[in-house]
Amino acid sequence: MSLPAGAEQALAAFAQCPGWEQRARLLMQWGERLPALSDAGRCEANRVHGCESQVWLIAEQRGQVWQFCASSDARLLRGLLALLLARVNGLTRADLAAIDLADWFAQLGLARQLSPSRSNGLNAVLQRMRELTERS
Amino acid sequence: MSLPSPWRADFPGILALDGEGQTYLDSAATAQKPQAMLDALLGYYAGGAANVHRAQHVPGERATRAFESSRDKVARWLNAPDSAQILFTRSATEAFNLLAYGLEHELQAGDEIVISALEHHANLIPWQQLALRRHLKLIVLPLDASGLIDLEQAADLIGPRTRVLALSQLSNVLGCWQPLPELLALGQARGALTVVDGAQGVVHGRHDVETLGCDFYVCSSHKLYGPDGVGLLYGRKAALQRLKHWQFGGEMVRVADYQCAEFRPAPLGFEAGTPPIAGVIALGASLDYLSALDAAAVAAHEAALHGQLLSGLAARDGIRLLGAPSVALASFVVAGVHNADLAHLLTEQGIAVRAGHHCAMPLLKSFGLAGAIRVSLGLYNDSADLQRFFAALDQALELLR
Repeated sequence: MSLPAGAEQALAAFAQCPGWEQRARLLMQWGERLPALSDAGRCEANRVHGCESQVWLIAEQRGQVWQFCASSDARLLRGLLALLLARVNGLTRADLAAIDLADWFAQLGLARQLSPSRSNGLNAVLQRMRELTERS
Repeated sequence: MSLPSPWRADFPGILALDGEGQTYLDSAATAQKPQAMLDALLGYYAGGAANVHRAQHVPGERATRAFESSRDKVARWLNAPDSAQILFTRSATEAFNLLAYGLEHELQAGDEIVISALEHHANLIPWQQLALRRHLKLIVLPLDASGLIDLEQAADLIGPRTRVLALSQLSNVLGCWQPLPELLALGQARGALTVVDGAQGVVHGRHDVETLGCDFYVCSSHKLYGPDGVGLLYGRKAALQRLKHWQFGGEMVRVADYQCAEFRPAPLGFEAGTPPIAGVIALGASLDYLSALDAAAVAAHEAALHGQLLSGLAARDGIRLLGAPSVALASFVVAGVHNADLAHLLTEQGIAVRAGHHCAMPLLKSFGLAGAIRVSLGLYNDSADLQRFFAALDQALELLR
């Protein structure tokens, strides 16, 4: 399975990141590219609980493939969400079930963002994504 | 001004973290341990473990003696008149649950439990759930602008139906000593049982439960440079007699038959199951270590370091302190900067501070915040730790603003 174009781009950018400062800047840049959610999208039903920041996630099935929208009030988390969506958007349900997202973040040098003690919410987002896609 | 800690070298954990590039400023969550404690822990297991209070053999006798000698040390640390007034639990949270269940039988629908707006969840939720079970009123004492429990309002709110008054001595978020003598007097005047949450307070300075005059005092070992898995409950003798047994089995049983049983009084009657033997023994070693320190020197070091923390925060733009911390810690937010972003970038730079709601969600909500950053100090911290923290804070803010 080849990587989506956005994911290739992310991998190229983050893999060359020399240090935490560069990585943080890059994360914030990616976060800024994440399309803003409408007020309607930022509703309670779309809230991901278990995050200390506010996070919203919307999943939509278009034909065979999944499209996700997400946002957060925290900037670095927005960056992490952008990296997540770059990897999962446009995948079929079977593809989605097959990918290892922990490995994806590890490839980007962001494995620690998924450690169980983290309350930044990325784990909760992945959990919510599974619930939304398995439910349908 | 450089403020080295003369005790830093006694704590292998802080040195190891330092060597790993981690600056540990989260002692209000849990403290690093002195070598003496590690030795005691290893000594107990390596020398031969045994259960307490139930064996006639030599290892059992030795373990029981060491275990009970820790009880004596805790009693001395808190100035409790009698070791039998010290109960070991698995955590401070468990001690609050013990109280909430142990006192339940005394409370009738419509009775009042009074707490304050700054309580840690451990001294809030057990009472809240008790209130729900028994249809009691949970009354929350409000704070004044500096984060102290408002005495005038407390005088109105603590009333004739107040049965329990449960208050924190030192908030884990706001870091200020509460006016306990006045507050406890209000409760006592109404005949209420008084409970003090000393989880943070016990770590800073020496406290005397007799002078304080509370019925119960709760704290935990792991914040007091001891091992985790051990909580402490002091009770006045008359107050302990009012507790009903709540966990059953083990050496708390005096006589048992298939259909009925009788139980021991405190302390053993409230220590069901095998207690955390190694932890209790190791806590004794931590207390020995702490007792041997020059208390005035420790207090002076902590105060000077706290002063540096506050002045460093005050020197930076846009920082809002929560309350007016007087000891040990400071919680803050930065205008226009998300707490989670700041926490992320401090972590990237090896700064171990706490971010989030600090197990006091209602308090944070009352400030209109979902979270805050908390820097907390132990006696092993030094000014170099704070310099690293401030350098990282400046870097993070530069990136974020």
